[in-house]
Amino acid sequence: MSTALEHPTYNYKVVRQFAIMTVVWGIVGMTLGVILAAQLVWPELNLGLPWTSFGRLRPLHTNAVIFAFGGSALFATSYYVVQRTCQVRLFSDRLAAFTFWGWQAVILSAVISLPLGYTTTKEYAELEWPINILLAAVWIGYAIVFLGTIKLRRTSHIYVANWFYAAFILTIGVLHIVNNAAIPVTSMYSISIYSGAIDAMVQWWYGHNAVGFFLTAGFLGMMYYFVPKQAERPVYSYRLSIVHFWALIMVYMWAGPHHLHYTALPNWAQSLGMVMSIILLAPSWGGMINGMMTLSGAWHKLRTDPTLRFLVVALSFYGMSTFEGPMMAVKTVNALSHYTDWTIGHVHAGALGWVAMISIGSLYHLIPRLFGRTEMHSVGLIAVHFWLATIGTVLYIAAMWVNGILQGLMWRAINPDGTLMYTFVEAVEASGPGYIVRLIGGLCWVTGMLIMAFNVYMTVKRGEGARQPLPQTA
Amino acid sequence: MDSGTLSGILTGILIIAFLGITAWAYSKRRKKDFDEAANLPFADDDDTPDRDGHQDPTAQAGSDKDASRQVDSRDNEGDRNT
Repeated sequence: MSTALEHPTYNYKVVRQFAIMTVVWGIVGMTLGVILAAQLVWPELNLGLPWTSFGRLRPLHTNAVIFAFGGSALFATSYYVVQRTCQVRLFSDRLAAFTFWGWQAVILSAVISLPLGYTTTKEYAELEWPINILLAAVWIGYAIVFLGTIKLRRTSHIYVANWFYAAFILTIGVLHIVNNAAIPVTSMYSISIYSGAIDAMVQWWYGHNAVGFFLTAGFLGMMYYFVPKQAERPVYSYRLSIVHFWALIMVYMWAGPHHLHYTALPNWAQSLGMVMSIILLAPSWGGMINGMMTLSGAWHKLRTDPTLRFLVVALSFYGMSTFEGPMMAVKTVNALSHYTDWTIGHVHAGALGWVAMISIGSLYHLIPRLFGRTEMHSVGLIAVHFWLATIGTVLYIAAMWVNGILQGLMWRAINPDGTLMYTFVEAVEASGPGYIVRLIGGLCWVTGMLIMAFNVYMTVKRGEGARQPLPQTA
Repeated sequence: MDSGTLSGILTGILIIAFLGITAWAYSKRRKKDFDEAANLPFADDDDTPDRDGHQDPTAQAGSDKDASRQVDSRDNEGDRNT
């Protein structure tokens, strides 16, 4: 990277590195998703090899999109936002560089170890213990850089986005360390220190709070900076954002048991998880409304600004999936939806509609500013990306709703004599058309990401080109 | 004390904490501070790429944007139901 792009105060180098890797890992992770979607339509695509089988590529897909794509987006935006709103350079450039290279090393280890079959079998925490230790070290470094920067701030207030980012960083550190507490047996095999129902409870306390703090609080931090910035007006209600923050933090922690309805978990814990999940609707929608209302008086900007469109549609999908989630956490609804494709659809409404769209919108705001330009190379291509992403998400979740309800109904249908009306494979067969629609939705997404990569490449190239004469003149 | 009583007390404490935070956030005295905080993303506006006086080929698009910001940005200061 050209040194001419350096900001006099801020460390933009690490932000640029993470921003570029967000695009790269987004393409990798989503391409893996498309391969998996295709495998569900044509199982022969697993090539008959263990390394490319569904069971090994699926955790690689989830790790790549959540931690590599989403994680890089969070690192990039949090380092940018904390510097801009605290008006001070990052606490330590070296430690920030360590978090970048350490994070990439963790991702590369996942890319190698997961297809080889090394797994703890804990969902979203599949990585084995040596990688987990590296991850913990990187995360502690991240917390020091972020909180240290807040401590050095030149402003009197800590902007609300930083509260969300800080909660995300601290909570994920605790969750990761507690859930991965294990006794190493060999260099790539360990046994969890928890057993039975406790293990399940700890795993889903981790799992749901990974959703609540990684995929929600972190990206809400993004929302609270980039939506006001792109709409060019302050957030609708700062006071609501404070209530939003504390209510979300207090309630999310207790919702995990809804992943374990009708299992060996004590009944009271299941009911608690259900009730807390329903209460969660209130802070979630409070935050969504706060983001949406920020645009009051600026709705006309949506006509001309596809970046803002990304951010607003992300908020709509956030509102939709935070309504769907509490509903699915109700035990009677869960009896129909659990273990079906409805769950997969719900996750992707959140992951594609909310997480990916808010990240992409933020990146389209961020990248020109990081590379010395006012706008992306092509605003038209942002609009194309926006429509591909929106149509892709709608196709994906609609297909999974149909499949999920179909599977749930087929599995529970019984004949008058009490025997099951359908065999399992009949439900799989009936899901075929939905899988094809989902594949098309996924292809829309990957195409959009490739267009984004081209747009980013052109922006970076022009940005550096325009800066070339500077060393002589300065 | 059985676990039911304990969770009852905890729930009570959490409700009081929540109401306290809400009352604090919505108190009139905090209004000025929060308006200041809400404007922090704009306090540091050196968005224009030629922050060191260098001519940028895309500067025109930038000045258009600045003009539009002046016209319709800061007249909305967030929620007005004080």
